[in-house]
Amino acid sequence: MNPRILASTTRRILTQLRHDRRTVALLLVVPVLLLALLYFMYKDIPVLFDHIGLIMLGIFPFVIMFLITSIAMLRERTNGTLERLLTTPMGKLDLLFGYGIAFGVAAAIQASVAAGVAYWLLDLDTAGSPGLVIAIAIANAVLGVALGLFCSAFARTEFQAVQFMPVVVVTQILLCGLFVARDQMAGWLQAISRALPMTYAVEALQEVGVHAEATTRLWRDFGIVAGCVVVALVLAAATLRRRTT
Amino acid sequence: METAIEVRDLVIERGKRRVLHGLSCTIPAGSVTGLLGPSGSGKTTLMRALVGVQVVKSGSVTVLGEPAGSKALRHQIGYLTQAPSVYADLTVRENARYFASLYKGLSPADADTAVERVGLGDATKQLVGSLSGGQKARASLACALVSRPTVLILDEPTVGQDPVLRDDLWQQFRAMAAAGTTVLVSSHVMDEAGRCDRLLLIREGRLIADDTPDAIRAATGTTDLEDAFLHLIRAKETS
Repeated sequence: MNPRILASTTRRILTQLRHDRRTVALLLVVPVLLLALLYFMYKDIPVLFDHIGLIMLGIFPFVIMFLITSIAMLRERTNGTLERLLTTPMGKLDLLFGYGIAFGVAAAIQASVAAGVAYWLLDLDTAGSPGLVIAIAIANAVLGVALGLFCSAFARTEFQAVQFMPVVVVTQILLCGLFVARDQMAGWLQAISRALPMTYAVEALQEVGVHAEATTRLWRDFGIVAGCVVVALVLAAATLRRRTT
Repeated sequence: METAIEVRDLVIERGKRRVLHGLSCTIPAGSVTGLLGPSGSGKTTLMRALVGVQVVKSGSVTVLGEPAGSKALRHQIGYLTQAPSVYADLTVRENARYFASLYKGLSPADADTAVERVGLGDATKQLVGSLSGGQKARASLACALVSRPTVLILDEPTVGQDPVLRDDLWQQFRAMAAAGTTVLVSSHVMDEAGRCDRLLLIREGRLIADDTPDAIRAATGTTDLEDAFLHLIRAKETS
């Protein structure tokens, strides 16, 4: 990796995003609107909103960043810029980490806005600190970026790329403990759930929900999510071929 | 003359189809070489092999004494893909400055110079997505020229350009070659062939001529390169 190239690639991706005002608006507004929807759905049972709204603060950035990254990387492939970049001194990791950092920055702004609205306007209540919630949301968003970069290697068209969303994202949402508590699932489902990285992000959020101080389990979960990000980025680099047929 | 690029027995397959059938050629340094042939003849595949992004079945490609695609070469090669490969959601200047930033020692001013050289000086702040096809192609060319490469591989750089601009670009290619750059330009139109020092004529993945334009005209007894190409194809078919 080369710090100069990594920095300019990160800047380039953020500049592209900045030129696309509508995408920026959607990134900021959509999670807030969905949270507001949840708030009104659970208006009479605020305990449930505290539980589900909190988890959604981690899930929304993950889903959105996964989709955006898959499409952005596919665009690099189909418009020929990837091929050109691979003939320059740029390393593969410069590009992949550039995406990770740039979309991580976007996710940080998105998660802060969503958490701000959730806490101050929608009366979200957690035992632990909002700062931790935002940190976990950002880690989960970067996980979405990393998985998106990896999955885009297996898609040749936009149609294929969006199909990875139900496979990678919905499976994790179903099994993360949001719909059925993990200890109430059948043994084999628990095993799958344990193998999926988002499970740990959700568990970390639940820890913030009920404990005033950061617990060891929270830090362990945070570490697992960060580890999965690195593994996914390395796998993405391994599947990014300089030479193609 | 010093050799910049050497291709030996290059075989390339895409899927089940063989695109290049054991092609060999050498390209002298500091010259403009034209790679001519109809669409689908293997021009782009050969160029992709020279810049090291093409899977090669067998044979070797050596550029400036190094195997094509090696790390050291990536500082010295400029590659223009056939379809404009620039970011549509960035301005012309942002694109050029980004590609400049990938090379050591280049400044944003170098990027602005490259944009001027392709005649986009008055469109620097326009998003590439809003440009015409010819302007997009020139924005892409600026990003290939920006690093002042030693070897410049240009896949159909003048398609769709206005004749005055085309002439200007060819003068620039000639000037770069005079300064020592090795320029390989592909084209499917013969009227540009006369501007090259050497020509490689390629058809169905095989080289049918590798010589200077004058020598090709003389050998085929024609004054026109289009006729010369036809003559060579017919001679191959009857032999």
